[in-house]
Amino acid sequence: MSDGFSVRRTFAITRRELAGYFATPVAAVFIVIFLVLQGVLTFNLGGFFDRDQADLVPFFGFLPWVFVLLVPALTMRLWAEERRLGTIELLLTLPLRQSEAVVGKFLAAWAFCAIALALTFPFWITVNLLGHPDNATIACGYVGGLLVAGAFLAIGAAASAASKNQVIAFVLALVICFIFAAASYPLVTDFISRGSPALATFARRLSVIERFQSFTRGVIEARDLIYFVTFIGFWLFLNTVVVDHRKAD
Amino acid sequence: MAALIEIEGLTKRFGAFTAVDHVSFTVARGEVLGFLGPNGAGKSTTMRMLAGFVTPTAGGARVCGHDVQTDAVAARQNLGFLPEGAPTYPEMTVQGFLRFVAGIRGYAGRERSERVERAIGLTTLAEARLQPIETLSKGFKRRVGLAQALLHDPPVLVLDEPTDGLDPNQKHEVRGLITRMAKEKAIVISTHILEEVDAVCSRAIIIARGRVIADATPAELAQRHPSGKLDDVFRAMTEPKALAA
Repeated sequence: MSDGFSVRRTFAITRRELAGYFATPVAAVFIVIFLVLQGVLTFNLGGFFDRDQADLVPFFGFLPWVFVLLVPALTMRLWAEERRLGTIELLLTLPLRQSEAVVGKFLAAWAFCAIALALTFPFWITVNLLGHPDNATIACGYVGGLLVAGAFLAIGAAASAASKNQVIAFVLALVICFIFAAASYPLVTDFISRGSPALATFARRLSVIERFQSFTRGVIEARDLIYFVTFIGFWLFLNTVVVDHRKAD
Repeated sequence: MAALIEIEGLTKRFGAFTAVDHVSFTVARGEVLGFLGPNGAGKSTTMRMLAGFVTPTAGGARVCGHDVQTDAVAARQNLGFLPEGAPTYPEMTVQGFLRFVAGIRGYAGRERSERVERAIGLTTLAEARLQPIETLSKGFKRRVGLAQALLHDPPVLVLDEPTDGLDPNQKHEVRGLITRMAKEKAIVISTHILEEVDAVCSRAIIIARGRVIADATPAELAQRHPSGKLDDVFRAMTEPKALAA
């Protein structure tokens, strides 16, 4: 193509998508359910008060699993809806690259997750009122949480491009997110190591949660950042390929 | 003068089914080409390939000299495309939607507002500008799709059933609009309304089962049947028994 990747066009897509979340009940429903789930899990199941420690360990412990459940609900419509409405034909015949549409949509969903995550600030205020937490560690946890959301969003966006049916897109994304979340748990590693122990170590390296845990301990390492960037990049690339092949089906 | 639309041996197969079979034609500036054919004849698929949405199995198309596959962004900058059914984002307002399209097309600031105003004026959408598109009638939705295609005043227009769902007055207006623009542009419209071909088209192509079976001016075509009516010609040429022969 004659011109390169355009950030301006990408952001035009992002703005439209993001406004779309707030023009429909999607935004309100998602944010309320996200906050309620995080609250119930952290305070009740996580024993936030009983632990008697000024940190957000239970909060961050449940966060990736809440994302596994909710992120596919957010992404299932990204491409499936465009195909159902036929607007994909309009969008992809505008003078833009398909990769710009893919990245633009992803960024909108990611920005939306960032907003939802930012609205968990009462947890942070609570823990600061009750004690003296290590706020740098908490900040690292939030950065990690945002990266986990990005990883799952990239999976969900690709799944949405693969099917016209939103239910299929949701289930597909949920299963793939779950596999990458659980890759370090005995449930998965035991199963794999029966066949090949080396593969189990590899699966552990690919685990999103394993990477996330070093963030929640207040450690941001270059290799973990590279992992997330590569992970998101891979799924967005796959997303672009799938859109290109299946757009007119 | 070089043709603004060049289509060469365009072919699309879906599995064993050939939707478009070696279609070739060119459209020059000043021409309005009526694209006729029964449902499923390959009209929309041809237009989708011309817009770069469907990838051809064989052959190719150029818009203003830009290949729609290898130089897609440049080709699309010169093209205004109304897809079949005029799809738009239902939750957006008319103005919001047109501003979005203008943004993608690279307009900013005052020029963006002017482009949107001009498109709203051309398609008489002023009264509906702040309404969400999903609340509009079918005729309004079609005009929003049309406004989007005209926004950047492109040299090439490809309109898939531009008057479908419009009332007689709106149809008349859209035909007037097409006729006024015809001089500076190359326009392709698909339609099932044969009187429309008489009214606006300088040339007509009939396509059936993916093949071009006629390419002439509407008047020439009409003479191919004793009655002298385009309707009769169309039916005689595209009826299953005529195609089987």
